Amino acid sequence: MPARDIFRNGLDAQNPALVQLLGLCPLLAVSTSAGSALGLGLATLAVLVASNLIASVLGRWLLPEIRLAVFVLTIAGAVTAVELSMAAWWPGLHDSLGIFLPLIVTNCLVLARAEAFASRQPVGAALLDAVAMGLGFLLVLLALGSARELLGRGSLGADLGLLLGGDVAGSGVRIFGAGHGFLLALLPPGAFVLLGLMLAARNWRRQEKHSATRDAAPAVAGRAAT
Amino acid sequence: MDTNGAEPVRRRPLRAALLLAAAAVVTVGVVAIVNDLARPRIEANERAQRVAQLAEVLGGTRYDNDLLQDVVTVRDAERLGTDEPLPVYRARQAGQAVAAILTVVAPDGYAGSIRLLVGIDADGHLLGVRVVAHRETPGLGDAIDERKSDWIDAFKGRSLGDPALERWRVKKDGGDFDQFTGATVTPRAVVRAILNALLYFEANSATLLAASGS
Repeated sequence: MPARDIFRNGLDAQNPALVQLLGLCPLLAVSTSAGSALGLGLATLAVLVASNLIASVLGRWLLPEIRLAVFVLTIAGAVTAVELSMAAWWPGLHDSLGIFLPLIVTNCLVLARAEAFASRQPVGAALLDAVAMGLGFLLVLLALGSARELLGRGSLGADLGLLLGGDVAGSGVRIFGAGHGFLLALLPPGAFVLLGLMLAARNWRRQEKHSATRDAAPAVAGRAAT
Repeated sequence: MDTNGAEPVRRRPLRAALLLAAAAVVTVGVVAIVNDLARPRIEANERAQRVAQLAEVLGGTRYDNDLLQDVVTVRDAERLGTDEPLPVYRARQAGQAVAAILTVVAPDGYAGSIRLLVGIDADGHLLGVRVVAHRETPGLGDAIDERKSDWIDAFKGRSLGDPALERWRVKKDGGDFDQFTGATVTPRAVVRAILNALLYFEANSATLLAASGS
């Protein structure tokens, strides 16, 4: 598969969050602010790269009976390694992600990419796929996190400081006072509603594109006939 | 896919088991190495974080002892909000006790209990209060967290006589402390927990501030 297609699949056509609807639990739970969304997105990206690499290297000479078991095992190992390193070198971010960091193990996106793609592909393609899928997931997470933070708290990127482990108060932009936020956006139902709107917007855009090409086709054919 | 078609059927499970075992050994080995590299830093981080948190509750009070080493464990279900034993850290300057940091629990938060650190100087004045664990509603009750608002700083310098005992409440209940728009349960629980901490300290300050080992 050409590199351009792998990238387009991850970011758009097969976007893990908007099309495959994988890993929605952490997506909805952690997207309360742009800062924590970016943190989880980066951690998931790191795990995806590690697990796709391992799956691609091992995939061809593992027996099919134990392939899934070995993938689960190595993904759990990779997540644990990422979590330990984060606790040691980025303690602020580690604290803000809480339980959702170890729970990357259960993000079906990771196992799905290892099993369905990386195990049948050369290392280069598997790595590219990990980056594309990870970025696709990260961008949706970041968009949802930014929207919820903006609507709910009136700020943008207010806890990006957590990523650097520095003082939280200084970073970010404040649009309006914290007391006037739209509270629903911060609560779980708001996460579902906003994700639903994002899905609807994407489907609507796709439909527009489809009907546009369908309308255009006969006209071209007609002109060719005359 | 499978290039081992000629392999005897009975040896296949054995090979699968060996491969799985090898994968397990390698994975555990990698995790163990990462753990060994990270563990000292994680412990240092946790320690630094706890010391910083305790120092914050002391509001700039000077002390020269190791807070994490000078601990007594106390238990008082009525005043401290839980049955479990809780640590009290003591701050000393030149051997003299200058302040105590109580760990207290507000059992009646909106979403379960709220854990607080309460710093009290030897005269019974509050040096600082910090929420260390809570599950209050984001955007409403979580303003008790000093990262979200400075509400918790209103307690600094207060004591049992300031305000008078019957004014140790949120304004809605006829007291001196602000509640938040849309959230009264949370600040009410916190105010009550802090008052109880002060009452507990007043009744037990002699033992709480006594030399270590008593």
